[in-house]
Amino acid sequence: MADDTEKRIDAATGTELKGHEWDGIAELDTPLPRWWLWTFYACILFAIGYVIAYPAIPMLHDYTRGLTGWSSRGALAKELAAREAEVAPLRRAIADTAITDLPGKPQLMQAAVEGGRAAFKVHCVQCHGSGAAGAKGYPNLNDDDWLWGGDLATIEQTITHGVRNPDHAETRVSIMPAFGRDQLLTAAQVNDVVAHVRVISRQDKPSPASQRGAQLFADNCAVCHGPDGKGTRALGAPNLTDGIWLYGGDTDTIHQTVWNSRQGVMPRWDDKLDKATIRMLAAYVHSLGGGEATPVEADNATTAQP
Amino acid sequence: MLMPAGSGDLYEKRKGVYPKAVDGFYRRLKWAIMAVTLIVYWGTPWLRWDRGPYAPDQAVLIDLAHRRFYMFAIEIWPHEFYYVAGLLIMAGIGLFLLTSAVGRAWCGYACPQTVWTDLFQHVERFIDGDRNAQIRLSHAPWNAAKLARRMAKWTIWLAIAFATGGAWIFYFADAPTLQHQYWTGTAAPVAYATTALLTATTLLLGGFMREQVCIYMCPWPRIQTAMLDEKSLVVTYKEWRGEKRGSVKKAQANPDQFGDCIDCNQCVAVCPTGIDIRDGAQVGCITCALCIDACDKVMAQVGRPRGLIDYCTQDDADRERQGGAPRPALRTLLRPRTIAYLTIWVGIGAAMLFMLTARTRIDISAQQDRNPIFVRLSDGAIRNAYTVKLRNMEARPRPMEVRVEGLDGARLWTDAMAREQADTRIMTSVPPDSVARLRIFIAAPASGPPRQDFSFTVRATDREGGGDREPARFERP
Repeated sequence: MADDTEKRIDAATGTELKGHEWDGIAELDTPLPRWWLWTFYACILFAIGYVIAYPAIPMLHDYTRGLTGWSSRGALAKELAAREAEVAPLRRAIADTAITDLPGKPQLMQAAVEGGRAAFKVHCVQCHGSGAAGAKGYPNLNDDDWLWGGDLATIEQTITHGVRNPDHAETRVSIMPAFGRDQLLTAAQVNDVVAHVRVISRQDKPSPASQRGAQLFADNCAVCHGPDGKGTRALGAPNLTDGIWLYGGDTDTIHQTVWNSRQGVMPRWDDKLDKATIRMLAAYVHSLGGGEATPVEADNATTAQP
Repeated sequence: MLMPAGSGDLYEKRKGVYPKAVDGFYRRLKWAIMAVTLIVYWGTPWLRWDRGPYAPDQAVLIDLAHRRFYMFAIEIWPHEFYYVAGLLIMAGIGLFLLTSAVGRAWCGYACPQTVWTDLFQHVERFIDGDRNAQIRLSHAPWNAAKLARRMAKWTIWLAIAFATGGAWIFYFADAPTLQHQYWTGTAAPVAYATTALLTATTLLLGGFMREQVCIYMCPWPRIQTAMLDEKSLVVTYKEWRGEKRGSVKKAQANPDQFGDCIDCNQCVAVCPTGIDIRDGAQVGCITCALCIDACDKVMAQVGRPRGLIDYCTQDDADRERQGGAPRPALRTLLRPRTIAYLTIWVGIGAAMLFMLTARTRIDISAQQDRNPIFVRLSDGAIRNAYTVKLRNMEARPRPMEVRVEGLDGARLWTDAMAREQADTRIMTSVPPDSVARLRIFIAAPASGPPRQDFSFTVRATDREGGGDREPARFERP
């Protein structure tokens, strides 16, 4: 390229031209400020420093880890550990507070409910569903019907020890006989009992079959379910007169239940979760809308008198 | 470094700008505007405004932690953020209005970059002396005297920058409290970080970058260049009167050949962006009008009429060039474009003011639980659960009553109550200036449509009353 010594000035802008031209398009000489160049160099220096300090270059089997040893996984672990440390006193306080005393400490109770909400999503939703609405055979925890009891301490007890855990002495156990399969009742008798249950749950009108079933119920079922079928929580025997059915309230399902019995299980959690988590789960389940007040014990009631 | 053919360096070294001190009408106007803007900036957070016991008493406060924006009698909640958007739109249109009427007046007088650069330049003159002394000093070798002057200047700059950066944080917290916390080292880390950042940028932009910000970094000159038209006031060198330039001596010798410009270069010497206004309108001109002051002074000294450099529209320049009489600048202000901008600007302001005075002070919103949608209770009834929020925008606690309309047999209770206490209404008290969050359970008979629309209503049960309603839906199996 010949050195064009003659300066050419663009008429419209009064700016000098660079001197080269493509198809009649020429470039104005409007240089960038020098500090912009310094900024650019500073960015390059920063980039070099960054590559040295942080993970940057992929290798065959590894990558350059950088002098700071930073990693996103490590940063997350650190954040989680910091969070753990932050809530540790709270967890300790929850673990150290008897569950019946939680409602008296609203802040602690709220923390427990929120912690339980999170733990529930991890440990419980597989059976009880993410909204705790349950499914056939898995109780809905939102309603006001409880097999073993719906006050805080009872819920905690159920979560701690589970239901029908083998080789665990304190687990909740109730064994309903398989009346049909084990030939404790004849097929006709089972049908009569089912008819009676349909009547006491106000789904059917009394019939001759249900009247026969009433006597069979009193002889075989009332020992657990109570003479009027309202259940016994100490035995985990469900109330048969209300609108809520764990397996179903239609004739066929009740027949299956009486014939084969039901033996639903729930894991014990005391060997899997710490005390605080179990307490928080109990508080959360209690908060879902069906939680019951702690029953007032007789001696407490008398000492509470002024 | 790579050198292109036929040209100099790829990058331009910054030319030092050492504006000379000047006095005159526009300089005094700049002093006044600088005083007002700085007093407003530094003083506003310290104004008090009594809002009663439940709200802060700072007149202007952006309370990020509690998500409130206080401005004298106005309190903006997050859901009313469109007021802030409206203010920003007004600011934008206000700039359009200003630009189309008086050109780059914002750049020349009120822009923080201009105000702080101006302030820093005054400090510079105080320490280093005026233009010539500054040039001499900048070329002087680094000896003790120069170092001492530089340290003195930079220290004062740093102090101003710190005061500037430090004042910003007082808009975001109670100023006297924060002031105390700040000096005792107990303020939030973000307060110190913000101060440090803004101190650094103030020092850098006002002390060292100066006109480079306007010429290279700021988008506004480009936008304004597009917004100026032939009826906008711009600082104009009246070349038909000034040319051909020549010294007083030459002009006296040949009065026919020379114009009024005596080529004294005072207009260049006083320019804070270092341009020559005689080259015509250009992006570097922030229309601070200091060259007008400088030129008027010189014209008075040589006994020629003022206004060789003056505010003038392009239309008037053309008229005068052809021998027409100069028109008063005010005449150019009112024209369809400025009136249109003014109308829109006033319209938005009036609409916002109207909405502000007519806005409701109680609000209810309800969100239905989606999982599970409904729960069957042991007595056969169906329960739905809702998260209901009651908003009390008054600065006092208010008793409120929540009911449902259009849902027969509905009984309400909250998660703080037992179902036995369920009633057809819920009484609660909403704390001042806050949102109360209630988890409301509603039980209704199982017989009914699977999806039933109803309304939550809220009513303040105190003397002032008032209320709101929110549509909701009840679902059954």
